[in-house]
Amino acid sequence: MSLITSAIGQGFLWGILGIGLFLTFRILDFPDMTVEGTFPMGAAVCVAAISHGMSPILATLLAIVVGMVAGLVTGLLYTKGRIPILLAGILVMTACYSINLRIMGTSNISLLGKQSLFTNHFLESLPKYFDSVTLGLIIVIIVTALLAMFLQTDLGQAFIATGDNETMAKSLDIHIDSMKIMGLMVSNGLIALSGALVAQSDGYADVNMGIGIIVIGLASIIIGEVVFGNLSMNQRLVAVTCGSILYRFVLLIVLQLGFSTNDLNLISSIVLALCLMLPMLRKALHLDNLIKNSVKTPLPDKKVRNHD
Amino acid sequence: MTNPILELQNVTTYVNRHTPDEQKILRGINLKVYPGDFITILGSNGAGKSTLFNTIGGNLAVDDGHILVNDKDVTHLSEEKRTRFLSRVFQDPKLGTAPRMTVSENLLLAEKRGARRGLVFRGLKRQMPHFQEITSTMENDLSKRLNTPAGELSGGQRQALSFLMATIKRPDILLLDEHTAALDPKTSRELLKATDDRIREDKLTCLMITHHLEDALKYGNRLIVLDKGQIKIDVTGAEKQKLTMDDLYKYFEI
Repeated sequence: MSLITSAIGQGFLWGILGIGLFLTFRILDFPDMTVEGTFPMGAAVCVAAISHGMSPILATLLAIVVGMVAGLVTGLLYTKGRIPILLAGILVMTACYSINLRIMGTSNISLLGKQSLFTNHFLESLPKYFDSVTLGLIIVIIVTALLAMFLQTDLGQAFIATGDNETMAKSLDIHIDSMKIMGLMVSNGLIALSGALVAQSDGYADVNMGIGIIVIGLASIIIGEVVFGNLSMNQRLVAVTCGSILYRFVLLIVLQLGFSTNDLNLISSIVLALCLMLPMLRKALHLDNLIKNSVKTPLPDKKVRNHD
Repeated sequence: MTNPILELQNVTTYVNRHTPDEQKILRGINLKVYPGDFITILGSNGAGKSTLFNTIGGNLAVDDGHILVNDKDVTHLSEEKRTRFLSRVFQDPKLGTAPRMTVSENLLLAEKRGARRGLVFRGLKRQMPHFQEITSTMENDLSKRLNTPAGELSGGQRQALSFLMATIKRPDILLLDEHTAALDPKTSRELLKATDDRIREDKLTCLMITHHLEDALKYGNRLIVLDKGQIKIDVTGAEKQKLTMDDLYKYFEI
């Protein structure tokens, strides 16, 4: 039971990573590699600031700001510097590695005996692992609600339009460069927040904790989409967090099967690859028919969805 | 006499400039477009019709000459800034609409053209009656599909939506780049009719490229034939009325 609680808590904390990535990967429709640098950067900034005596709340906010700056750099390289987005992200991600080492002074710092967002009376009074569930849930709700509201504003709609059809957006007087930079900043700010929370939950920051992060974030998004199907924009935001929790369950099962934590990146990649190939596999293996035939009860018409 | 709303002075463009393959596309185009003009533009492939639109729209830099809008030089104005007074419908229905956003969301985006887009709620519900009204001017059930993502519309509906989006906020200049060419003959006729109605009603200034001689004769108050980057024919009003298909055939055979 405690394993499941822990997985849910982790799912929330990592879900923010998925939501951040959703902004660039799904809405703006490009892969942003900066993530691999900003996640550990959020962790590094937060832990370093706390160990220098800053309050955990301020340290977490500082992590968000630093993540946004990294996103800004990627955005400027991409839009003004005309560097392809994939390369711009890789450049910033690589630069972040050195910066993270500078920030921490060493490759790994512990929060042992220090304050964190998790060390307060209320959270410590909860049963084991419920602290990350509670805090994670609160932050996920705040982030999701703010983003959902943002996407319904004029600016948010212009942001969505930029990812949907750049030519059209341009012809409607939308500044697509500003939209992309804004998206990268908000996205990386959220990802750094996720890094800061995970570091505080784990009790340490490590310079290598960013490796494979993009796969984990994408897995949350894709699992959410595969499981929940066609959704509205707001529902999709929630589905990312659900996907993140489901992904933690998958990892839990895999670890129970006897794999070690060293195998996790391999397994993450396999899970993501399978999810991405699902539409193709479905067609090739006639999975839809298989499922239909095995469930003999005919579905009412409106529930049948066309998967394209 | 009123001042021209759009004026091209000796507009010239090249491809592969400063190389041995240098070629002039537009050869010193001089054109004055007056408010309320509805100009149909004919020309064979390579005559420079699309290049002409691209220079007016700002997608393509002018190598020589000037472009004036309302007596202001806009030759070096960016594409984005020009969208405040100019809108355009392309041949490809996919270019003019956001496929994952609904019809009404697309219209709302278009309505805010040139306005500040801030952190204000979009107010979609308030606009719905208005959208219902303008979409019902199209005879293709678009008004029944306001909440459908634009990507799920038929080509004709999608192009009708592109056209409405281009005109929902009145542009000073409307460029129609063969906007009915990708549609079947019936749908194409309907959209052209709706286009004509809308242009008359709002007294829009419009330039329309077409490949159909009949359409070029039937619509608009002025007709231009482009050939090898130059204006060969430019007729207005009664003179255009007198023009027949045979006259045009003769020009194209030369």
